[in-house]
Amino acid sequence: MTLLTTLFAAIICTIIWYKNAPSDKMKVGVLSLIYWGAALMWLADAIIEYISVKADYFTPAPAELLNDLYLGLYVVALGLVIWLIYLLIKDPKGFIKGLFHKEE
Amino acid sequence: MACVVVPVTQAVVTTLIRKAVKSKEEKAKAQKIGIETNNKIPFSKKLGWLNNMLWGGSALLIFEHIWHGEIIPWYPFLTGASNPAEVSTIFTEMATAGVLMSAIVTAVWGAIVLATNAMEKKELKADPAAN
Repeated sequence: MTLLTTLFAAIICTIIWYKNAPSDKMKVGVLSLIYWGAALMWLADAIIEYISVKADYFTPAPAELLNDLYLGLYVVALGLVIWLIYLLIKDPKGFIKGLFHKEE
Repeated sequence: MACVVVPVTQAVVTTLIRKAVKSKEEKAKAQKIGIETNNKIPFSKKLGWLNNMLWGGSALLIFEHIWHGEIIPWYPFLTGASNPAEVSTIFTEMATAGVLMSAIVTAVWGAIVLATNAMEKKELKADPAAN
């Protein structure tokens, strides 16, 4: 479920990035790469788990499913926080830099 | 448990490589200023895509490990490392899941780079004046 949640986040971000391309002022491309990286890593985890438990991988216990969904939502939120920090540091609109220049 | 160590290590290495490539590209650009007008995506930018995937993915994966209690904020940081019997499990996980994670991310990045290169070549053929 964590893989699925992250995968959906990656797909949605990629669609938003493509919709606004070639302009990427909000750095949505970076956010989509963060989610894609995580989704691919969880895919590797899923492959390893599938090899060991086979078809049982697709029938998780409801409590496990709920916990994974909860984790997935936290992961999406954390990805957004990382992106927000990156956005504010890079400041592509130059708004924060402008604030400091005004004060000088 | 410790699978995330492999992509993090790769991210450190690729970040260093990117820095070296970027400085080389900037030097080359400064020497050829006014001559080169092609609009190819620099390789350092392409490496940046891999870095974003590796660092971003690793950060979220570390959070997942903290969630499951596999990573702790004090020494030895990995819960499995406190038990000598589990140390071999850590290495096995790094060699299987960790390497597979890095390989999948790198393979996808490689496919993106190949597709981008093909598009650039196609563009160049269609408009040779751009070079």
